[in-house]
Amino acid sequence: MTDSTPLLSGVPFIPRGVRLHFDKVRALWVLLAPERTINLDPIGLAIMNEIDGTSTLDQIAENLSAQYNAPVDEIAADIREFVAGLMDRRILEVRR
Amino acid sequence: MTAPAPIAMLAELTHRCPLSCPYCSNPIALAQKERELSTEVWVDVFRQAADLGVLQLHLSGGEPASRRDLLELVKAARDAGLYTNLITSAIGLTERRLQELDAAGLDHIQLSLQGTDADMADHIGGYQGGFNRKMQVAEWITQIGFPLTLNAVVHRKNLHQLPRAIEMALEMKARRIEVAIVQFHGWALQNRAALMPTRDQAAKASRIVADARVAHKGTLVIDYVPADYHSDYPKRCMGGWGTTGLNVTPDGTVLPCHAAETIKGLTFDNVQDKPLSDIWYRGAAFNAYRGQDWMQEPCRSCDRRKLDFGGCRCQAMAIANDPAATDPVCIKSPLHDKMKQLADGFANDETAPLIYREFP
Repeated sequence: MTDSTPLLSGVPFIPRGVRLHFDKVRALWVLLAPERTINLDPIGLAIMNEIDGTSTLDQIAENLSAQYNAPVDEIAADIREFVAGLMDRRILEVRR
Repeated sequence: MTAPAPIAMLAELTHRCPLSCPYCSNPIALAQKERELSTEVWVDVFRQAADLGVLQLHLSGGEPASRRDLLELVKAARDAGLYTNLITSAIGLTERRLQELDAAGLDHIQLSLQGTDADMADHIGGYQGGFNRKMQVAEWITQIGFPLTLNAVVHRKNLHQLPRAIEMALEMKARRIEVAIVQFHGWALQNRAALMPTRDQAAKASRIVADARVAHKGTLVIDYVPADYHSDYPKRCMGGWGTTGLNVTPDGTVLPCHAAETIKGLTFDNVQDKPLSDIWYRGAAFNAYRGQDWMQEPCRSCDRRKLDFGGCRCQAMAIANDPAATDPVCIKSPLHDKMKQLADGFANDETAPLIYREFP
């Protein structure tokens, strides 16, 4: 069993076979993944947009905290929950 | 009511298949090669589907690799913006063809597993050498790096191999495994006595899946289709009839579900005659079981009607001879006891032979 709590020093990345896609018909951003489609809310989309394959979760939390003028601890908690949920479903991976 | 746009489309590119699995869910009467849609028509259908709101395209069959234009079709699907999944037995795929599919942008492969060793797999698939070939292709798939789902179809004859199937998915570095206890539609209906799992097997499979989900959390995602006839509540019919997905058969007939042609009295449209959008929103077959107005008791006043939509219409047709009846699996159906007896009767038939399907 793997520990699904992502480390804040880890670098999240979108694995092959997962695509961020704008659904024109429904006017929303989605993640297309093997036999799954994940609708992204504004928070999810903001996190996905920060995932560039080099930034750590820590750095992403700081960036979003500055952008949204919100406490970094709260943002970090949101990110961990979002990322852990997608990791459990093999839709997002984190390089440690 | 206004129907939502569909999310998924199953494109049955061909009914041709080198395997002859006794649990094949395709209809008894298969579409001949001459009646298959041309490349150009499929390409147009993919564009129409994307415009309609389809995000996920499943290329299926038969064996989709039997289509010589598979590469062109995958390219066209990706150009249309569709997430493109190939549902295959691996027969007909070479290393070179996989590399070409990779370059064409194929997103994902779902590989079927008939058994965990050559004896079982080739016996069930009715194709000698199929298992070894599949294992070779699986290696290439892993090397190229395609995201992979292993689709293990299990039944009375191979359910004891389920733990090994899960190990194999891990060895192949598959992200997902679909453990599907065989569903009885199409050709499979006549093999119920040979394939029906026992009640004990069905319960054990559920435990194995639950344990494996915990053990492999974060490594392997497990989708599970439980044994239908042994259940107390029905499966969710297509996630809601005419709400989520559609099927296009090799000759272009558009179906609300894979087995819908078994429902007498429904009329189906063809992509060669009408725009896909008209068929989805206004087609008689799609509107037949949308919403709840068609429901009878006990569904009509049941709290679960929004969960399972009354269950499987094709099963209501097959067992209750009324496509608007409650799925006979349901504990509230007057036929539930009959269903249990059927299930136990089939499961205890030790002499039933496998009836293989043959391509005409």
